[in-house]
Amino acid sequence: MTDTSTRPTLTSSGGAPPAPVARSTSWWARQDITRGFWVKLVLVALVDALGVYGVLAAGAQSQWGIVAFLVVALVAVNVVYFSKRMLPAKYLVPGLLFLLVYQVFVVLYTGYTAFTNYGDGHNSTQADAVEAILVQNETRLPDSPAFPLTVISDGDQLGFAVVDAEGAAQMGTAEEPLHPVEAPIENGHVASVNGWITLSFNDILEQQAEVFALRVPISQDPNDGSLRTPDGSTAYVYGSTMVWDEDTQTITDTARDVVYTADQETGTFTSPIGAQLGTGWKVRVGLDNFTKVFTDSTLRGPFVGVLIWTFAFAILSVATTFGLGLFMAIVLNHPKVRGRKIYRSLLIVPYAFPAFLTALVWQGMLNRDFGFVNQTLLGGAHIPWLTDPWLAKVSVLVVNLWLGFPYMFLICTGALQSIPAELYEAGKIDGAKPWRLFRSLTMPLLLVSTAPLLIASFAFNFNNFNVIYLLTEGGPDDLSAPVDVGATDILITFVYRLAFGGVNRQYGLACAVSILIFAIVASISAITFRKTRALEDLI
Amino acid sequence: MRRSIPVVAATVGLALTLAACAGSNDEPSGDATSAAPASAATLTVWVDDTRSGPVKEVAKVFEKEKGVTVKFVQKDFGDIRDDFISQVPAGQGPDVIVGAHDWLGKLVQNGVVAPIELGDKASDFLPVATQAMSYDGTLYGLPYSVENIALVKNNALVKDATPATFDDLVAQAKAAGTDYSVLIQQDEKTGDPYHMYPLQTSFGSPVFGTDSTGAYDANKLTLDSDQGRAFAAYLAKLGTEGVVNTSISGDVAKEAFLAGKAPYMITGPWNTGDFAKAGLDISIEKVPSAGGQPSQPFVGVQGFFISSKSKNALLANEFVVNYLGTPDVQLALYQAGGRAPALTAALEQISDDPIVAGFAAVGQDGVPMPSIPAMDTVWADWGATEVAIVNQQGDPAALWNQMTASIAGKIAAA
Repeated sequence: MTDTSTRPTLTSSGGAPPAPVARSTSWWARQDITRGFWVKLVLVALVDALGVYGVLAAGAQSQWGIVAFLVVALVAVNVVYFSKRMLPAKYLVPGLLFLLVYQVFVVLYTGYTAFTNYGDGHNSTQADAVEAILVQNETRLPDSPAFPLTVISDGDQLGFAVVDAEGAAQMGTAEEPLHPVEAPIENGHVASVNGWITLSFNDILEQQAEVFALRVPISQDPNDGSLRTPDGSTAYVYGSTMVWDEDTQTITDTARDVVYTADQETGTFTSPIGAQLGTGWKVRVGLDNFTKVFTDSTLRGPFVGVLIWTFAFAILSVATTFGLGLFMAIVLNHPKVRGRKIYRSLLIVPYAFPAFLTALVWQGMLNRDFGFVNQTLLGGAHIPWLTDPWLAKVSVLVVNLWLGFPYMFLICTGALQSIPAELYEAGKIDGAKPWRLFRSLTMPLLLVSTAPLLIASFAFNFNNFNVIYLLTEGGPDDLSAPVDVGATDILITFVYRLAFGGVNRQYGLACAVSILIFAIVASISAITFRKTRALEDLI
Repeated sequence: MRRSIPVVAATVGLALTLAACAGSNDEPSGDATSAAPASAATLTVWVDDTRSGPVKEVAKVFEKEKGVTVKFVQKDFGDIRDDFISQVPAGQGPDVIVGAHDWLGKLVQNGVVAPIELGDKASDFLPVATQAMSYDGTLYGLPYSVENIALVKNNALVKDATPATFDDLVAQAKAAGTDYSVLIQQDEKTGDPYHMYPLQTSFGSPVFGTDSTGAYDANKLTLDSDQGRAFAAYLAKLGTEGVVNTSISGDVAKEAFLAGKAPYMITGPWNTGDFAKAGLDISIEKVPSAGGQPSQPFVGVQGFFISSKSKNALLANEFVVNYLGTPDVQLALYQAGGRAPALTAALEQISDDPIVAGFAAVGQDGVPMPSIPAMDTVWADWGATEVAIVNQQGDPAALWNQMTASIAGKIAAA
């Protein structure tokens, strides 16, 4: 479709200016139009179509940031791919764009959120909070009648025409309180008012925001309340107990006579005695979230405990998986072992299953009363594998060992096979025993190629959310802790609980802890990478 | 000059795609004009799998009568609340969602839900339903169903009448000689205070006390009471006797009951459909009291909420109040999900169903599940502590006190 429609248009527009015919043939000649060019044209056209659609969609939602990004990205894509130069960019642009969207943006946004109090009760802007508070506190006056409503318009302003309790017609506008009017009534509704146009339901829909926002006072005294309509066909008397004053930035509760002042430090409306309105807004709180982790006594204790266990979990996971993987690799690397291929294939099996599936199966197998481990392997024992704090830690490590050792086995097998056999022969001639050979030959040469992978594995396990969350959900919970935290919670699951857990969602705090996690993992990785360079000097 | 071709190509491409987009944008509105009186309004509704069928049916009628478009987004029920809270402020949220009443505290706190006015219709709904859908005296949602748990009895296994106390019930059930006596589903990590609540309230220990208007008050944590500690001791006893076992998950319990391995199960209407399908002869009863006072299950109400930032507020209200609040829709939703309608007229039409009537009768004694934000703070500690008590991991009263102190601390900090 795109292809066929592109061709004639392009040719005609290319040849449209009548004068430079000769030159235009020379373009074609020089451009070297091949089939590849057309493929490129179609592909880029598709990308452009998608991009323009995105621009229009984002524009319709007034998301100008996204519009700007899409426009820049589209221009970049077209320039890069239709340019004769910029060869490297042709390869890099797709990756770069995805990197920007999925990495850079996420990182920046996390960083930004860490400096705000974003979370439950601080969900949006101050304007939204004010609107929400006013809406929540504008209620239908108790025992007030419902009025059959006709929405009318004189071209400039909207008005309400209603039938009152006595069956008489009344009308009013935002400025003009309700007053009796001579008007015919049909089917219980005012049919028309002289000088006003009666709006049909579809007319109302055209300007439903205005109709919905219209308040018609029912008398000169504003405390009597005003009429408004939720559905365009019935009006009710509403009274508001909260009054917003933009100049003084205060909300006054007229029912209780309390003034709540906007506090931009905390993003809440606060009364002189410290009472707060439930709905607040998002404000920047500086380093509060970071200092809170270390100074708030309810957070500090759990944080330190979780941090220690996270290190233990990550280090032990790497150590056990590497140990078992290496052992298996060495055993199965020995030429005298029969059926090596079968063993090797079998050992890859845990690696081949999706990890989340395996974790869930293990969770079932470790169930105290119905699990396979207790029922079948241990003859009907009732060992609380997942619900005792220490056994749960062991279980998590064992399951992670099951999940992780095939990978280590694979890389160790590869690394072992790349060690030249002559080195071993030379070692044997020098009289080295097997242990000595392993210690002085195998290990150092193995670590040259596997050390970076071990560091990567450490970083991965440091944030190994899946195993913890699917197996124990961080539990068993520490019932005496002042925040939700469990015995197997590592930092990332702890963050998840802060952000999405049962108690108030604290996205800002969770982002701050995420950044701390990043700092820890990054610095450890940087230091160890530097150390492993020493290993490379061996060869 | 060399550059000209790319520039031309790019412009033409852009122009073409722009034209294509403009064309595709025109199409839907063109359809709308041909279908009914013109209106560009589009209502976006989030529903889950269970409710989507009936809601889509009524939406078709709505579209035809009002000449508008209703767009559906199907979501996991569990995701709707949080997605709604995060997307409404960004202006990306829907106009209408289906949800549960106990979300209200969070929805109101985050300012994402708009009050709703039912007018004269309010009295057509069960009082407990509109009460549950209210927060701080303001009604926020149109209720469509009311649900609660009750004691489900397998009449084939026990012929005698159900005893008046829980101890006698357990004794009678054990005498039946089945693997289990009274199944109460649990979770080995998070417990299940919801299913234990009838027993807890029979000791006279609700979670929160109420203020003068009858609304739950987060500052009155009535869990922290002698009655609460008495329940904790009783729970420990049930744990030692093996009546309550934290390994019995919802699935295990359901399978066991289906297989005739237990004469009684405390569960809700979402399971009785399968029991009936399996040919079990069941009846619905009140959970016998364990502590001397009436057992009160939590009543959960589900319904429809309107976004506070809906650009189609009028249309949304019209759809929710005047289309979803009709007996036909409520009955269709009952057929789809098994939950009893919240509209009295709809409920009366199916009241000859003994199961529906049984649950409704038990629900009369029920109390709405608290919807205040503080309730979110309660669940985790409450469940984990009940697990510890059932598994004898400490003195019941001490564990219970630790729990109430922890919950009170978290509420104060929030």
